[in-house]
Amino acid sequence: MARSKIFGSFAAAVADIPDGSTIAFAGFAYPGVPFNLIRALLDQGAKGLTCITNGTGGAGADRMPDIGMLVEAGQVAKVVAAFTAPTRASDRIPLTRYVDEGKIEAELVPQGTLAERLRAAGAGIPAFYTPTAVGTELAAGRETRVFGGREYLLEHAMPVDVAFLRAWKADSFGNLLFRRSQRNFNPIMAMAARLVIVEVEEDFLQPGEIDPDEVHTPGIFVQRMVKIPPAPEGLWPARRAERGAKA
Amino acid sequence: MSGSNGLARQQIADRVAQEFQDGWIVNLGVGMPTMCSNTPIDTDIIYHSENGVIGYGPVLPAGQEDLHLVNAGGQNVSLKPGAAVVHHADSFAIIRSGRIDVTVLGIYEAACNGDFANWKVAGAKGGGIGGAMDLAACAKNVFVILEHTTRDGKPRLLKECALPVTARGRVSLVATNLGLFKPLGDRFLLREIAPGVTVDQIRAATGAPIEVPADLKTIQTL
Repeated sequence: MARSKIFGSFAAAVADIPDGSTIAFAGFAYPGVPFNLIRALLDQGAKGLTCITNGTGGAGADRMPDIGMLVEAGQVAKVVAAFTAPTRASDRIPLTRYVDEGKIEAELVPQGTLAERLRAAGAGIPAFYTPTAVGTELAAGRETRVFGGREYLLEHAMPVDVAFLRAWKADSFGNLLFRRSQRNFNPIMAMAARLVIVEVEEDFLQPGEIDPDEVHTPGIFVQRMVKIPPAPEGLWPARRAERGAKA
Repeated sequence: MSGSNGLARQQIADRVAQEFQDGWIVNLGVGMPTMCSNTPIDTDIIYHSENGVIGYGPVLPAGQEDLHLVNAGGQNVSLKPGAAVVHHADSFAIIRSGRIDVTVLGIYEAACNGDFANWKVAGAKGGGIGGAMDLAACAKNVFVILEHTTRDGKPRLLKECALPVTARGRVSLVATNLGLFKPLGDRFLLREIAPGVTVDQIRAATGAPIEVPADLKTIQTL
């Protein structure tokens, strides 16, 4: 019988992640962010990490664990993201100072290109052409090709060592369901990674309890799962009113 | 500068929303563009969000938010009947394959050659692109919204962008507090003017030639 994919703690699930790993962090705004796994990685202390993420967070006062905290803890060598500056020019994010001082390399990637580079990695496709970013600073000096009279930019697949996900439901095989916009980067980061670690919101289901037609990410992509305990031990996003934060 | 400051932010968004046609799939950028969804229009619009939500509705009041559901601006929206959710790669497949009828983007600068800039400010090392480059390159229509001048009064409608561009030659409509403009290559066509604003005022506040039609219309505010 195969070894169980269910781990008893977040610490145990991330214990052997080596220095220098490339890790993809799912999530868009709060939904689908693996807060508990990020906190465990902060405690675990792996260094020289390359972090693949939509954004690094940290603009708001009421912070949940984010990539910006890994940056501040000195664990990050490189960030690949669709935002390496704040969304609003008036905001400040922790990453900025480290990039300005040359301590961290930041690769800025359009969000759709980020998603497709992950998807390509998970699909065994080494590279693709996209119309996105043609004619911009990001395309300077890079390979383009004309198809049907339109210019496209060559982009390479982005395989990752580890993916951190947050799912709504899972069975013990690792078949995953996401709820609403929680899905975002989760399924494509799972497919792009060779080690997929998932924090799961609901109690684990028995095999067969998730209808095969409804599975979002098949269990063959998932290696480790941890059930998120109730707050305050486990991290759960709160409603705005409960956070007492500005919108 | 004499004359009115023109439209308030919601009024600019209202005028843009009136350009949406029945059945359009619309993607609204963060900031002023999200205000387009507040406009009471009688066209059937499907709102698409970069995080894979197709068919979202109004923002839910405090206490009623679904914490699993946000739009691209991080707002806790609702779902309309018939909504669907896809993952991020499929969401951008929808964008890249040209299925978005219009994207409305908040920007820093627009040029009369159809270029615009909205991802990097002067002197910054980093930038915030999000989905803007994908949307700008691939949506059927690209509408942009901005205040006509910077806080210190410098023009933001220019002959050529000074800031790094997001996409080249893709803008079809520019909406500001002073008016509604169409880039025509070497000049902007003033399609409509905001109430109380003068053409001279617009010319003085713009870094590119302005063509004024003989039958210049005034923007009807809601």
